[in-house]
Amino acid sequence: MSADINKLEQIASQVRRDIVRMVHACQSGHPGGSLGCTDYFVALYFYAMKNDPSFNMDGIGEDLFFLSNGHISPVFYSTLARAGYFPVSELATFRKIDSRLQGHPTTHEGLPGIRIASGSLGQGLSVAIGAAQAKKLNQDDNLVYVMMGDGELQEGQVWEAAMYAPHNKMDNIIAAIDYNGAQIDGATKDVLSLGNLRAKWEAFGWDVMEVEQGNNMAAVIQGLDEAKSRTGKGKPVMILLHTEMGKGVDFMMGSHKWHGIAPNDEQLASALAQNAETLGDY
Amino acid sequence: MKKYTYTESKDTRSGFGAGLLEAGRQNDKVVALCADLIGSLKMNDFIKEFPERFFQIGIAEANMMGIAAGLTIGGKIPFTGTFANFSTGRVYDQIRQSIAYSDKNVKICASHAGLTLGEDGATHQILEDIGLMKMLPGMTVINPCDFNQTKAATLALVNHVGPAYLRFGRPVVPNFTPSDQVFEIGKAVMLNEGTDVTIIATGHLVWEAIQAGEELEKLGINAEIINIHTIKPLDEEAVLNSVSKTGCVVTAEEHNRLGGLGDSVAQLLATKRPTPQEFVAVNDSFGESGKPAQLMEKYGLNAASIVAAARKVITRK
Repeated sequence: MSADINKLEQIASQVRRDIVRMVHACQSGHPGGSLGCTDYFVALYFYAMKNDPSFNMDGIGEDLFFLSNGHISPVFYSTLARAGYFPVSELATFRKIDSRLQGHPTTHEGLPGIRIASGSLGQGLSVAIGAAQAKKLNQDDNLVYVMMGDGELQEGQVWEAAMYAPHNKMDNIIAAIDYNGAQIDGATKDVLSLGNLRAKWEAFGWDVMEVEQGNNMAAVIQGLDEAKSRTGKGKPVMILLHTEMGKGVDFMMGSHKWHGIAPNDEQLASALAQNAETLGDY
Repeated sequence: MKKYTYTESKDTRSGFGAGLLEAGRQNDKVVALCADLIGSLKMNDFIKEFPERFFQIGIAEANMMGIAAGLTIGGKIPFTGTFANFSTGRVYDQIRQSIAYSDKNVKICASHAGLTLGEDGATHQILEDIGLMKMLPGMTVINPCDFNQTKAATLALVNHVGPAYLRFGRPVVPNFTPSDQVFEIGKAVMLNEGTDVTIIATGHLVWEAIQAGEELEKLGINAEIINIHTIKPLDEEAVLNSVSKTGCVVTAEEHNRLGGLGDSVAQLLATKRPTPQEFVAVNDSFGESGKPAQLMEKYGLNAASIVAAARKVITRK
């Protein structure tokens, strides 16, 4: 399948608008990581994945995606809505009372597209492995995608899962790490160094690849094509996705400060001026 | 007092193993996971017959709970197996977020619960697991009393949709439940009808309650004995009907008095029918090494303790 890069970039621009508007409207949430992962989410849901927005929890016969670092829910919700899982108007309810769009993703309110609750970190890779095991048992040769934050790798459970997947030849998994080098308290290298991530994952037995330009749509597409070509060969695939926290909004970039705070009215206007309305605001 | 007899003593964990094998035969969606305790959990027969439906996770219980949650996505019915301590306290947040809050159909099967684990001591003798599990919204909590009931409970979980905690143990105990008794989740089993005091017991304390009933009969006390195998959802009707007859109740469990069956009964009675209650349970302490019977005596979890509690609660009517 050839990608229409220009079209994907237009979708990404709208998703970025959605993210800052959602976080601004409720004056809470996590814009930084959401903006940094926007290009990857759009590439997944509008190019790489075989997925059905009519949504069935079991997802038999389609690719699945799990978000482990649930705090970047704004990008997840916007992408799902723009992909047709639920009305885009519902994005206005994010983090408000009686909403299906909880602060962190949950299945509990029945929001289409969500298959597991996440927010407490470190759990998503294990869940993805279980879903991938079920696919193998069901002789369903579709893939399971999972995204984790880089700071999240400080959780021990991640490494339990890291050890399990290669041992069991879970070669129907494409994991990605949002490698932006930042977490709430600062740079990951200062908070708790991740060391050589590539060497670590390779030592555990993963097929590791890097997407150096995780905010360049063409590079992300190329990376996903490459990752898919590496599946089915006995090893789980790991993408180290180099991104920039806050990408697309100049004053949110280059700092961990915007991990989890909302823009004011003036900042919102500036952010929106930097990202064109391409599909119509919700 | 109705007479209860048994031909053999068996461990409840073997009841789980037998139930799991049967569950696997009845439903091909049943899969099993274990964290390096296959022999202790009696999972060998299942593994032998269904090797492709078994997942050895290694000593990584958090990962096991996550993988179990993931397996439900795709329609599987996962049964996890490890000790009760590692099935609950060690992985509470994984169960809370990935299983309970995510509404996943995972059956958490926990052996070596309570003091009767014996010599390994307090690091492994969890006495808080019922409380931890019953506090999770949507979680069913079951603590069967003998081999046959544990086997039946395991099978009942196959057709029950939703997260569940099944608690059983290590020692051999009298196997007196009829092998053909249907296990109804949430439905108490009336063991003996009486008029003077209600004894509500769960797990290994059920047999002790029967023995206590026989002792009380010799003292002229007519005890009603109820086996509450399902702590959540509690069979409220059975409890209320019984205390409306007897006017007092003793609860008995191999668990901390905080957070267990006794708590659930007390909360029900406080709101629906205030009734004098005595608690046979561990008095907010950790366990220790020793023989199971020694420990149950030292910590007051045997028939003699139930008799004493019954005599006391009757005077409070």
